[in-house]
Amino acid sequence: MTLEPNSVYERIITELPDGEKLKSCLQCGNCTGSCPSALDMDYAPRGLFALIAAGQDDKVLRSNTFWYCVSCYQCTVRCPQEIPITDIMYNLKHQAIEKGLYTTDAKDFSKTFIGMVEYFGRSFELGLAAGFHMLHHPLESVKMAPMALGMLSRGRLSLIPARIKNMGQLRAILDKAKEIGAQK
Amino acid sequence: MKYAWYPGCSAEGNSLAYDKTSRMIAEALGIEFQEINDWNCCGATEYFSVDQLPAYALVARNLALIDAEETPQVIAPCSACYINLKKTDEKMAKYERLNLEVNEALAAGSLSYEPGSVKSRHFLDVVCNDVGYEAVKEKVTQSLAGLTLIPYYGCYMGRPEDNFDHPERPETMDTLLKTLGANVPDYALKTTCCGGHMTQLSAKASLRMLHHLLKGADKLKPDAMVVGCPMCQLNLDAYQADVNSAFNTDYQIPIVYFSQVMGLAFGMDPKTLMFERGIVSSQPMLEKWRSAEPAPKKRKRREKRDKNALPMPKPLET
Repeated sequence: MTLEPNSVYERIITELPDGEKLKSCLQCGNCTGSCPSALDMDYAPRGLFALIAAGQDDKVLRSNTFWYCVSCYQCTVRCPQEIPITDIMYNLKHQAIEKGLYTTDAKDFSKTFIGMVEYFGRSFELGLAAGFHMLHHPLESVKMAPMALGMLSRGRLSLIPARIKNMGQLRAILDKAKEIGAQK
Repeated sequence: MKYAWYPGCSAEGNSLAYDKTSRMIAEALGIEFQEINDWNCCGATEYFSVDQLPAYALVARNLALIDAEETPQVIAPCSACYINLKKTDEKMAKYERLNLEVNEALAAGSLSYEPGSVKSRHFLDVVCNDVGYEAVKEKVTQSLAGLTLIPYYGCYMGRPEDNFDHPERPETMDTLLKTLGANVPDYALKTTCCGGHMTQLSAKASLRMLHHLLKGADKLKPDAMVVGCPMCQLNLDAYQADVNSAFNTDYQIPIVYFSQVMGLAFGMDPKTLMFERGIVSSQPMLEKWRSAEPAPKKRKRREKRDKNALPMPKPLET
């Protein structure tokens, strides 16, 4: 099979450690059968890999499949060809964000989380929940109030974010990593 | 051996109970540890899914902050922290290009990390395999006999590869809970995913997964489900009421950490074990445990001989 340069298929193979194992996919469907989220996906993993191999990049990157991936690695441990499926899902998210093709707000959740980490060096659950839900579905977030109150009253939700001491060092490391990543 | 200790972000809020009780258990078992100075978040599943290289660099900073000579192993009580530390170390060791790039990023913060120098360990792994069941058993003063406890492992204790237990049929926690005296049924869904961050993204998808787990557990009539991951605990505990209203069920299964029930068995004061932090009350479990018959005292080594019994045969005198 020839690989179109910069196609989804080619990028998985070149960007991902062990990505070339995708070439050996048998279409056996163990991944789909193992996936706890498959019911909610518009293409379950096996179908998605068929689309990737067929060069249907637009359909692939617009699908909700990888946004519904819960990183449980069940597919990865059951794949008879040892394809790093979970890592491929991560790579597809990256590609979809880069091309601006995404259909869910899962991206914003990840981005909000990353924003917290880049600002504080720690994740901040209350800030994450507030920042994400208030912005994206303010009406829905009202429904979460009882749960949030339960967590607050049991001291399980910090009101003030923890912050690491050497934030300058962490920022320098992350900036450098992004710079190297962008050169690839 | 002394270990480095990586608490993880949820230790300061959501899973304070896990953090505090696992430190108590470590102390009771003589596990020496030192918290990593100025550790940062591991990125959970979010950072890796969006930008790989900064995600590796983020985790690698924690590994670089550890003095590998003094503490060549790091304990993470949280499964997600454990897997991220482990994955970063192993991928850096396996892929030279990644190693060079991550170290180039670390150098911007005057740090460096040599892959393979710090081994990542889950706290459950250290308790069961380094300390060992025998040593745990010696500490048990108040057996958990009479309690039915379901071990729930979630994803990362056995997956994706070469972790401390089997990817689909783990036994570590089963054996630990049996050692504490509990009744441990065989729970078929013990490694089925709890949905992770899905509770924040799709109520429909996540509640379906949680319902599946709770339904399977409820059939076994448990007094509690036992976990070793703050994410599993949060999802099963805080969203149990949402599952009940979505599926018209009435599950009341307390979700507790293995370190908390170890504390009970070790005779620690239940008030210090922070059971009240659970959204689903653990009171019924605690009451059942308190009212359980005290374990029978050790039998005397030799029963008194019955005076009316026949005499023991003696060797013939020559």
